[in-house]
Amino acid sequence: MPLPLAITAPLSFVPIIAIETVVRRVFARVIETHPGLFDRLADHAAKRYAFLPSDLPIGFLVEPAVPRISVHRKASAPASDALMEGELVLLLALLEGRIDGDAVFFSRDLTVSGDMEAMLALRNALDDCEIDLPRDLADMSGPLAPLVRRAAEQIRERALARVSKEEAPRWN
Amino acid sequence: MELICPAGTPAAFREAVDAGADAVYCGFRDETNARNFPGLNFSRDELRTAIAYARGRKVMTFVAINTFMRAGQEQLWHQAVDDAVALGADAVILADFGLMAYAVERHPQQRLHVSVQASASNADAVRFLVETFAAKRVVLPRTLTIADIARLAKQIDCEIEVFAFGGLCVMAEGRCSLSSYATGKSPNMNGVCSPASHVRYRQDGRELVSELGDYTINRFPAGEAAGYPTLCKGRFDIAEERGYAFEDPVSLDVMDHIEALRAAGVSALKIEGRQRGKAYVAEVVSVMRRALTAGAAERPALVSRLKALSEGQKTTTGAYEKRWR
Repeated sequence: MPLPLAITAPLSFVPIIAIETVVRRVFARVIETHPGLFDRLADHAAKRYAFLPSDLPIGFLVEPAVPRISVHRKASAPASDALMEGELVLLLALLEGRIDGDAVFFSRDLTVSGDMEAMLALRNALDDCEIDLPRDLADMSGPLAPLVRRAAEQIRERALARVSKEEAPRWN
Repeated sequence: MELICPAGTPAAFREAVDAGADAVYCGFRDETNARNFPGLNFSRDELRTAIAYARGRKVMTFVAINTFMRAGQEQLWHQAVDDAVALGADAVILADFGLMAYAVERHPQQRLHVSVQASASNADAVRFLVETFAAKRVVLPRTLTIADIARLAKQIDCEIEVFAFGGLCVMAEGRCSLSSYATGKSPNMNGVCSPASHVRYRQDGRELVSELGDYTINRFPAGEAAGYPTLCKGRFDIAEERGYAFEDPVSLDVMDHIEALRAAGVSALKIEGRQRGKAYVAEVVSVMRRALTAGAAERPALVSRLKALSEGQKTTTGAYEKRWR
């Protein structure tokens, strides 16, 4: 289920620094909430992980050892050790451990390349962390927290339901 | 019949317990178990917490220490057995006879299960393990028909556990050297089949190419479901034909034969997949739990949900109803 153009197209014109500021705040919140997130990576924490949402004009580079996330236009993607590509909804569902990575690989909805050992370690680390993005977004929204959480949960629910209906019963 | 469920992480362990497992099997984060993949498995503290979580819900924990010891490095495996016992494992799952001897000598009260990796597939082999190491249960290799299992059950004095769902191996469990041949590492000695460090994926036009070491394993045209990059699931050119030389990339599913397995004397059904995510564990365990209590008529619809989670998105009954040529 690719994101609608009405959402993705403007991202081509929004300054990267603005997107990155928001993304880095969410990333910092996730790290703060899950301090052991990268423990399972061991030596692979020093690797650079690229995530390319196939339905967005931008990509993300995660460097766990720093820890840091950066945003870039796809045309100027920096070098990475391991790369994962798929629709944003799938990548976020993987981040939360709501889908099985092997299953979306078998179905060809997800592609991976580069250092597979590093990517597998990251997948397993994420899978164990029980990240809940609506909760984390709400926690950083001050008085708007209940509203943000409810809205984020509804968006997630609809996205997962649509993918589930379109493809396969793979959601927990 | 008990439902024995996999867990590669504490989160997956909790999912398995909550979804209806009778027992969860898992391993330490080292080469003592046959799923020694990066980022997977349990520290001692994590296992202690997991066992307490399971016990509080009347679920058992089995600890797989099912690789073969390396000469001169036995302490790693001995320590794993000692720690599993100290942490309160309900059973240890072992493959190495030397390790079984150690376990029964040092911890005679500890329940011992024979791993599928021990490849005990006939009455003489199983009887030897029961008499020599007091094994209480044998996990049978995925090489026997249901009729074979029924015949075997009458000749042995221990419980039988069989794989019911998940990944398949070639018919040389515990002895397969394909991964070792291609990468120098094997599930038997290092706990890794086709280690991720040797796997590469690349796009070649519209084809997805999987490579293991120096070997091209498969080329998947656009739209075709993919499989694991193992030699046994590789598609090769043989004479004039291109095809799967060892086995197709499919998963095992014998849930249509639950009554026959029960009648054959099977005590426990095992789900493969410690390397899979917690979403897989939650879905498969809950579906299997419902399938075990459902009537035969409802079962196919329930279990068909799991095809999407399977390798190649296809399933097979494997050897259980193999008509040997």
